[in-house]
Amino acid sequence: MLLAVLSGFLLAIAAPWLCPLLKDRVGWFMGLLPAVLTLYFASLVPVVAEQGPQVMAYSWFPSLGIHLNFLVDGLSLLFALLISGIGTFILIYAGGYLKGHRYLARFYVLILSFMAAMLGLVLSENLITLFVFWELTSITSYMLIGFNHEDVKARASALQGLFVTVGGGLALMAGFIMLGSVYGSYSLSEILSSDLALHEHGLFVGILLCLLAGAFTKSAQVPFHFWLPNAMAAPTPVSAYLHSATMVKGGVYLLARLNPAFDESSLWTLLLSLFGGLTMFTGAYLAITHTGIKKLLAYSTVMALGTLVMLLGIGTEMAMVAFVCFLLGHSLYKGALFMIAGILDHETGTKDIAAMGGLRRLLPVTAVFAAIAALSLAGLPPLLGFVAKELLFEAVLEAPVLQWLLLLLSLGAAVCVMVVAGVVAIKPFYGPLRETPKSPHEAPLSMLAGPGVLASLSLLFGVMLFLPQELLIAPAVTAIHGDPVAFKLSLWHGINLPLGLSLLSLVLALGVFFNWHRLQPSLAILREGVGRFGPEAGYFRFMKDLTRVAAWQTRVLQNGTMGNYMITLIMTTVLVTGYTLLSQHGNTLTLDFDGGFFELFVALLLLLSAGFASMTRSRLGAVASMGVLGFSVALMFVLFSAPDLGITQVLVETLTVILLVLVLFRLPSFASLSSPLERGRDLVVAILIGSLITMLMLAAIEMQYFEPISDQLVKDSVPEAQGRNIVNVILVDFRALDTLGEIFVLALAAVGVFSMLKLRAEDPESHGR
Amino acid sequence: MVGNSTSNTLILRTAATFLVPLQMLFSVFLLLRGHDEPGGGFIAGLVATAAVVLYLFAYGVARTRLLMRVDPRDLLSTGLILALISTVPGVFLDQPFMTSLWYELVVPGVGKLKLSTPLLFDIGVYFTVMGSILTMVVALTESEGEK
Repeated sequence: MLLAVLSGFLLAIAAPWLCPLLKDRVGWFMGLLPAVLTLYFASLVPVVAEQGPQVMAYSWFPSLGIHLNFLVDGLSLLFALLISGIGTFILIYAGGYLKGHRYLARFYVLILSFMAAMLGLVLSENLITLFVFWELTSITSYMLIGFNHEDVKARASALQGLFVTVGGGLALMAGFIMLGSVYGSYSLSEILSSDLALHEHGLFVGILLCLLAGAFTKSAQVPFHFWLPNAMAAPTPVSAYLHSATMVKGGVYLLARLNPAFDESSLWTLLLSLFGGLTMFTGAYLAITHTGIKKLLAYSTVMALGTLVMLLGIGTEMAMVAFVCFLLGHSLYKGALFMIAGILDHETGTKDIAAMGGLRRLLPVTAVFAAIAALSLAGLPPLLGFVAKELLFEAVLEAPVLQWLLLLLSLGAAVCVMVVAGVVAIKPFYGPLRETPKSPHEAPLSMLAGPGVLASLSLLFGVMLFLPQELLIAPAVTAIHGDPVAFKLSLWHGINLPLGLSLLSLVLALGVFFNWHRLQPSLAILREGVGRFGPEAGYFRFMKDLTRVAAWQTRVLQNGTMGNYMITLIMTTVLVTGYTLLSQHGNTLTLDFDGGFFELFVALLLLLSAGFASMTRSRLGAVASMGVLGFSVALMFVLFSAPDLGITQVLVETLTVILLVLVLFRLPSFASLSSPLERGRDLVVAILIGSLITMLMLAAIEMQYFEPISDQLVKDSVPEAQGRNIVNVILVDFRALDTLGEIFVLALAAVGVFSMLKLRAEDPESHGR
Repeated sequence: MVGNSTSNTLILRTAATFLVPLQMLFSVFLLLRGHDEPGGGFIAGLVATAAVVLYLFAYGVARTRLLMRVDPRDLLSTGLILALISTVPGVFLDQPFMTSLWYELVVPGVGKLKLSTPLLFDIGVYFTVMGSILTMVVALTESEGEK
């Protein structure tokens, strides 16, 4: 299982070498990995159906209660199958769509990393691990939206997506930590099986709001929905994969996963139903105001995400069944439709539906797949989408709160979505042939495979409902609801209210569809009006103010004078540490010195070189005497038998002198820059920090609050770490995590120096190497 | 001036030719014995850096780059990747992340060779230290030449 999750990262590492090697067939090769993963997850389906949820455990940071454990149950398997299954076709499709693209290798690195992160997200059993994968998906999404990084708009959209989702991610982390402290565990299976009544706990509202902030931003719920349509700046395979089938469902997944712990709360029911319902309608309405095919589909994805959240909020057994059906149905048809949108864009050279027409004769196969997928989107029989929509109406009719509002919103959304389906499947393909920027011809097999299979599955699952019911839907419903639910899916429910609602929405939709072109301008005007005061305007205002505050505090705190930085840092240390030292320890310090001649001599040398360095008027002299100072310290280490420290000190000192010499030649020649007053101030600061450090050292020698750990380390060094050099054992074994952090800091410092010296905005030549 | 190949003395150049290989060898020695005797990746990395810097002073940036063959920034990233890789294998053997693993290899005529993830980690530290200091020094010397 660990390998299954991490294999995406491994292949991502290899991708840059594979791409030039495999040339045009790279998409088919990359598709192999998710195809194998799909088979692997499918092989777990019967296991889960028979033996219930499985936990596969790997230790990560056991001392912090953070494990790399994976929870395999109906819900996570359904998501894992969608991710790997749709991923297979996306990777193949991308091979055709981005054929010969300059950055194809980069694309595969990112999308494979994303796939691995997404699998990790849905399979994680530990909240912290889940959060790590959650953020990884945000970051890979950022890079994928900004894939065409030379386009200003793509960059801005990528940044917007990142800010919104990572901002929510921060709230989510806070929520997870609170949740972990309430339950005393970060383990999902322990949290979900616990008897604790979470909604009676004092922290409940805080936890709920934090989790919702995380899930709503990720899954583009109102009022955070605006980032998703903008994310369509990404290449189409990315939009199809991340921003319709997988990543945006991450938030929905989280809510579904935690549903058993929260569903007794009325606040959960209210917030989810309300925001989900509003998102559903907003997305559906905004969809029909657009003519760009990707925007249209993006808003209908917002609608679908809203529907899923609303169904979770309603929370009845029927709603859970509807949730899973809708989720499955939506992933299939929306993935297919996005890939078809990519084909249209790729073949005609335009994204505007109004500019397309009559393509049926030129792209016959695409037209058929588009029709099937759109029928499922519209919710017409005999497709899976129809079943999902009937269930949706039934669930809304038994909603515990806001029943009439939700019903109206659902009806409105259903009408709009049918119009969207008609626009996508009929407008480009029928009517007179229109002139487009490129002359279209049928897409290659690699690009048709995805839409073909996904659309066929929508049809197959719709006709043979027993296939998904037992294997996919029932285990997932059990996982979300917490207990097994008995239900039977069928296409024909008899003549009832949901069917009536479907018919009503169909009639209304036909009315809107035939007048779509005429209504377009007035719809767009309404959208513009709302847009001026909408949440996206709020986002821009927030970002502008944030930048202004940042600029202000940079001006105040970082005015560019090294001396000021030093004084601020040192005086803060002196005041805070000095206060603590005096108040905790008192001011009685005793000095008992029993050093020999050598120690005294070295100490004298130290004092002399320090004195000379601060008095001299020659810069080179100052550097040299600082060198003497450093070597004297090294000598001190040697006298107290710490050879490793001594050697390190000598080497560091040597290199520091070299670096200083290199830097000093860049500075203007030594002149008297500071006034006597300033020098007096510097002297006071220096004396203060010097005395503070001295007092700290004395206090540290005098007091021993804890047993020194050095004895323990000496004892464990050989048996546990097989090394006799304790300093090295500590560095590379006992405290290796610290060392790892330190070498990263070192690397960052080097990169910082490099970029300050080498990368200048006005000189694009020096970018890179 | 430093790095400027016209103003260097013959003595420095001759000395560098002999000293640099010795220093590199010494750094590898320090690196490998570090787990039991004074030494280790950090110290060894500093020694190796000092060797390259000596060469740089004697022969200038262009020839140093030629000698190194790789950009110091690549050394830096190689080091970080090696150190990161060394933390992973434990996980696949049902042990926590970053658990150390040893493998003793008996080489005929030499004796026992201890291969371990801490050694790999130490090699990562070695390259990171070398890469980051050289990145700074090379960047500083080159930008000095631009002036």
